[in-house]
Amino acid sequence: MGDPTLNHHDTHPAVRDVASDSRSVKAILELEDGVRFEGKAFGALKSISGEVVFATGLVGYPESLTDPSYRGQLLTLTYPLAGNYGVPERDPNNPIQDGFESSRIQAQALIVQRLSQDYSHWKSSQSLSDWLASEGVPGIEGVDVRALTRHLRQFGTIKGRLLLEGSDNREQVLSEPCHDPGSYNVVAEVSCSEPILHSCGKDGAPRVVLVDCGAKTSIIRCLHARGADVLQVPWNHDFVAEKADAVLLSNGPGDPKMTGDTIEMVRRALAEDRPLMGICLGNQLLSLAAGFDTYKLDFGHRGQNQPCYEVGSRRCYVTSQNHGYAVDGEKAPAGWQEWYRNANDGSNEGVRHSSKPFFSVQFHPEANPGPRDAEGLFDLLLEFAR
Amino acid sequence: MNLHTHDKVEIDKPSKVLILGSGALKIGEAGEFDYSGSQAIKALREEGIRTVLVNPNIATIQTSEDLADEVYFLPVNPHFVERVIERERPDGLLLSFGGQTALNCGVELDELGILEKYNVRVLGTPLDTIRTTEDRHLFAEVLRSINMDTPRSRACEDLESALEAAEEISFPVMVRSAFSLGGKGSGIARNDKELTEMASNALATVPQILVEEYLEGWKEVEYEVVRDAMNNCITVCNMENIDALGIHTGESIVVAPSQTLSDHDYHRLRSVSIRLIQHLGVVGECNVQFALHPHKDEYRIIEVNARLSRSSALASKATGYPLAFVAAKLALGYSLIDVPNSITQVTASCFEPALDYCVIKMPRWDLKKFRRVSTSLGSEMKSVGEVMAIGRGFEEAMQKACRMLGVGAHGLVSARDHFEEENLEELLVVPTEERIFAIGEALRKGWSVDRIHQLTHITPWFIERVGEVVRCQQEIRKFDLASLSEELLRRAKELGFSDNQISRAVRRETPIEPGYAASLEVRDRREELGIRPVVKQIDTLAAEYPAQTNFLYMTYNGSEDDVVAKDPAPYVVLGGGAYRIGSSVEFDWCAVNAVQALSRSGHRTVMINYNPETVSTDYDSCDRLYFEELTLERVLDIFERENSQGVVISVGGQIPNQLAVPLGNRGVKVLGTKVEDIDRAENREKFSSLLDDLGIDQPEWRELTSVDDARSFAENCGYPVLIRPSYVLSGAAMSVAHSDAEMESYLKAAADVSREHPVVVSKFIAGAKEIEWDGVAQDGKVICYAISEHVENAGVHSGDATMVFPSQRLYLETSRRIKKISRLIAEALNITGPYNIQFIARDNHIKVIECNLRASRSFPFVSKILKENFIDYAIRSMLGEKVDPPAKSAFEFDFVGVKAPQFSFSRLKGADPLLGVEMASTGEVACLGDQVEEAYLKALLSVGFSIPEKGILLTTGKIEDKVDFLESARKLQQLDIPVYATKGTHDFLKENDIETRVLKMPMRDEEFEAGSDAMDAIEAIEKGLIDLVINIPRSLERNDLTSGYLVRRKTVDYGIGLLTNIQAANLFVDALWKIRDTDELLVKPWREYC
Repeated sequence: MGDPTLNHHDTHPAVRDVASDSRSVKAILELEDGVRFEGKAFGALKSISGEVVFATGLVGYPESLTDPSYRGQLLTLTYPLAGNYGVPERDPNNPIQDGFESSRIQAQALIVQRLSQDYSHWKSSQSLSDWLASEGVPGIEGVDVRALTRHLRQFGTIKGRLLLEGSDNREQVLSEPCHDPGSYNVVAEVSCSEPILHSCGKDGAPRVVLVDCGAKTSIIRCLHARGADVLQVPWNHDFVAEKADAVLLSNGPGDPKMTGDTIEMVRRALAEDRPLMGICLGNQLLSLAAGFDTYKLDFGHRGQNQPCYEVGSRRCYVTSQNHGYAVDGEKAPAGWQEWYRNANDGSNEGVRHSSKPFFSVQFHPEANPGPRDAEGLFDLLLEFAR
Repeated sequence: MNLHTHDKVEIDKPSKVLILGSGALKIGEAGEFDYSGSQAIKALREEGIRTVLVNPNIATIQTSEDLADEVYFLPVNPHFVERVIERERPDGLLLSFGGQTALNCGVELDELGILEKYNVRVLGTPLDTIRTTEDRHLFAEVLRSINMDTPRSRACEDLESALEAAEEISFPVMVRSAFSLGGKGSGIARNDKELTEMASNALATVPQILVEEYLEGWKEVEYEVVRDAMNNCITVCNMENIDALGIHTGESIVVAPSQTLSDHDYHRLRSVSIRLIQHLGVVGECNVQFALHPHKDEYRIIEVNARLSRSSALASKATGYPLAFVAAKLALGYSLIDVPNSITQVTASCFEPALDYCVIKMPRWDLKKFRRVSTSLGSEMKSVGEVMAIGRGFEEAMQKACRMLGVGAHGLVSARDHFEEENLEELLVVPTEERIFAIGEALRKGWSVDRIHQLTHITPWFIERVGEVVRCQQEIRKFDLASLSEELLRRAKELGFSDNQISRAVRRETPIEPGYAASLEVRDRREELGIRPVVKQIDTLAAEYPAQTNFLYMTYNGSEDDVVAKDPAPYVVLGGGAYRIGSSVEFDWCAVNAVQALSRSGHRTVMINYNPETVSTDYDSCDRLYFEELTLERVLDIFERENSQGVVISVGGQIPNQLAVPLGNRGVKVLGTKVEDIDRAENREKFSSLLDDLGIDQPEWRELTSVDDARSFAENCGYPVLIRPSYVLSGAAMSVAHSDAEMESYLKAAADVSREHPVVVSKFIAGAKEIEWDGVAQDGKVICYAISEHVENAGVHSGDATMVFPSQRLYLETSRRIKKISRLIAEALNITGPYNIQFIARDNHIKVIECNLRASRSFPFVSKILKENFIDYAIRSMLGEKVDPPAKSAFEFDFVGVKAPQFSFSRLKGADPLLGVEMASTGEVACLGDQVEEAYLKALLSVGFSIPEKGILLTTGKIEDKVDFLESARKLQQLDIPVYATKGTHDFLKENDIETRVLKMPMRDEEFEAGSDAMDAIEAIEKGLIDLVINIPRSLERNDLTSGYLVRRKTVDYGIGLLTNIQAANLFVDALWKIRDTDELLVKPWREYC
């Protein structure tokens, strides 16, 4: 296992860029079970390892790549054409810029069928390949991503290496065990290091404390759009002590049980009455704190097309999701109930308290990428907060 | 039927539902409604609901015996539908599955109070919602009320206010008409003059038009939205038009999903469409069209179609989501989570398909079949069909689509230059069907992407993709086949190059030989290198869940097959490809029935077709569906991959039929008649000598290589002659010449006649009756047959002719001879399977003019009249089963069926609505009656004629025709309808004591004395004095602008019934004369005709 605290992306002085190389560079994706895919490299000229995962959304590669939930993962796009609309210019003065979900690419690498070097979009200023290169992230194209996805779905997640011909660290990556984001507290790696206040600029705005376990910036944008200030705090910050009108437990990468400190704090928060909402990993943390159990799904949910219905009704929302674990909704602790369920496989998609303003969902109401049908949940939180 | 929701779903189901079909295929309303109607019927039947269908389109699957409980082959209009309601007493009505025709009829029925009177509930989207979406003014108001952006516009009810509106909005403006289909009566006006013309034309047929902001260069994006009564909403897919706004979406090249929209764009528009549909209260399916600014975060909502549409059929096939089926369930009151996803069987219908491929739709035009038509594309539909191609690369899908069109393109780029450089700019600026090919050529000539973008407004990314293909082709050109590297060959295949295309691109010493040899060389080389396509599934979930789907395509962008061959070895059925003039829904009926027959005989079936508006491409029609090209290369790929035991090539029309010989030569087992015998029928030379050997007469013909030879042949056999060049430069492929001059002008202007491109000239026999034989034989013995007669004399293409079956006016002797000849031919060619022969007969003298060893256009018609499925007989014959001939005989029938053509001239600006040897109709209907007149009248009412009440305008052409019409003119005189006639006809009738009101023809003032107060024919039409025009031209083959043309065109533009054939006109008058009261047109279901 590599050094978990090493940040792969912040420093990459020696990393060359594939595009600067005139001939095409061969790349090999090698899974831990021996399955191999050959293709052409793009982005940064370096080898890397990690968990290989896929996302089935048709759009939103800048959002997905910067989503901290993909930390430590090699991201496969099942839609075969990538890069068509390029990548928007990064605004260094706007930490919550629309189109990106964090300050940098979080995924280890990108795996696609066909990469478009040219792009057409009025907001874009660079190609996907150049963006990856500038952030020191390698990519591979020419992979049968459907074959890869069919393989991955059977194993849930599997680790693998992306080996680029001519990359300086190829031998090193080959000799070391694969980077495993599930083996340590990866949340610590993606969370902010100190509290940051994102003001919406309105006087008397309610304040939401956002427990950053790898929060997508869309969550902040969604709250801003509804006139709330957001205090983003590190995952292990004592948010219970913060003065705020509501608490939001963010999404994030990894196994929920690795984030014991946060769960402990959530337990304390549940003893109070302050409105509390969880998203994705936040849902699992809240559920564990409340006394639910979590388990690994046979087939994880990795798309922007997941139907979730409110239990006891026939109201259904199409949601954006990316998770391999789920809450066991059938065994609800006293005072809690199942709230949402997945209409495809019946798995739990959210829980809520019977009387207190505590609720959480497995899906991503903040969207980006994906459908915005469940954005109303932020309104619900702020209604409680006000 | 719920999945995980556990609670029992209670809905208030109707017990009997009436479904309105869309009638004949026409431009703007085509085969997609056979797909949607059939799905709706299946969805209702599954619920135990009785179904009643009104649709005069006899060639559809939805009018099959085993689908709806009752079928009425009647016009879809309030008069007939009310009588069906009265008889059937349905408690539910589905309007959204039969296009604009059904929707309009439903709105009228409601406004007439008929629905209320009979207590019929409209299922699905409420009528008020439909009215809101159809009335552009109301619609715009609703959008404004919920703060959605819509083009600035004004509804106008007269010309004056239209001009005012244009001034306010500023030119150029878009003119649209309310309540229209396929954008009829809409266009872009750049000045007062253009607006005046457009507005007057539109206001003649509709009460209201819209003048609006013209969004030049904006992107056009569509969403297919589904909503249930619980307010759950999904978008099944979005689509991006490659052509910028301004070209009707039906005329645009469209890609699904969108390619150049970011997550922000995609989901913003998605959210807007959902919010809009929730506000409007659609229940079921609808389509939302957007304009998206190419350089700003701005959008406009263009329109909502609150019904299943052409786009929804496309979306359904492109994603695998059974839209029509689900929409029907939702109309009953189910929610999206109650309906299982019938593709995966394991997930719910409440989800949005994730595609892991890209889909391209290209429209299929047939404008060359029309005279004087404008070929530029715009906001009105002109295309007659479409193709859909699937690939895992944009270029791959695009190149497939180009080939699927069947217009001779080998792909996106061809081996040689097609366009002069000086014409290129215009070809890029003025959109025509050539534009996509012109882009390739411009790139090859070194034009920049930016320049092409400026000229076309097409998003650069798409132009770059064409460039990718052009660059690859240029690379291939540097090598001969042997030295072409594996890498380059693989790249070419990934970019969608066909073997044929590669064989034409590689360097070679001698010119390429015609035929398949060169492309098979590429195939062999490819196989040597192990470059093969893989088979992928369309599973709606991008492989996220395991799914058992049979919906397949092939790609070179992949390394693993999703499926493998299964035992027992299947039979492959080749479908008909894109609908076009001459090949349409009737072949889909044949293909679907072939699959069903094979399956009844216990065989596994594989269907290959690529037309999204068909039932044959429904996931539940066969064991495996390949949405793929009908080319030798791809059929071989599939045949080999599936270990098939045989291919059926005789049920999909001419495209699969042409593959018979090359497939047979490559060792593929072709079912039915032997390949050598098919060749003997297809090869003109061989077939002709066969007829000579059998002592069967045929019109004299010769294949010639110079204009001089053609002329001397014509002089010998005597004019008129029929000319069929093998290489046509422009215009129609066939023509009739009445003189040397006509022959020369045609051959020199329109065709290339040379040793490489010979012309076939044959004697054209005028005044003869045309008769068709549809039959099935086994080992040369006839199993079943049908003899039908044409109402029109020979000279009108058989696809445009009115057909009567059983034949009513044939001499017994003629029938007997036809039977004898047909049996002889079956025996001589040792036919096993379907075949069709066309005859002409004059005074019992019979000649064979055409013979095809495949199912014909009239197979569904005769099968449904006889209630004997000819395709079933054909398949069983081909399988070698013991087949007994049907017990029934057509002579015992006490009813008759009449099949009538549907023309779409009104959509083809400028086209001369004349019939000739080239087919022009886009669809057909057939109705049943106790006598031929009743059936004919119903059929004409079904294709848009009305019973004349205001006035009839006569021009009866040549003296022979004038005489021929005399009896009819007498009958008209007694009908108490004003009869108008043009000068010559008026004078002739007057001499025969028949009074008519004389009208001036345009450009013929010389026929009248100065100061004559006779009204102009055009004016009479414009004033609404005329509701039927009988205009028999003197000659069929004149291209010039005549007064007759102007009258015919005006007639069509005003939506008035037009008859240009003397036999058809006589029959129509006869029918009007015999049937004075429309109540005599019996409203009887198909079941009761036996």
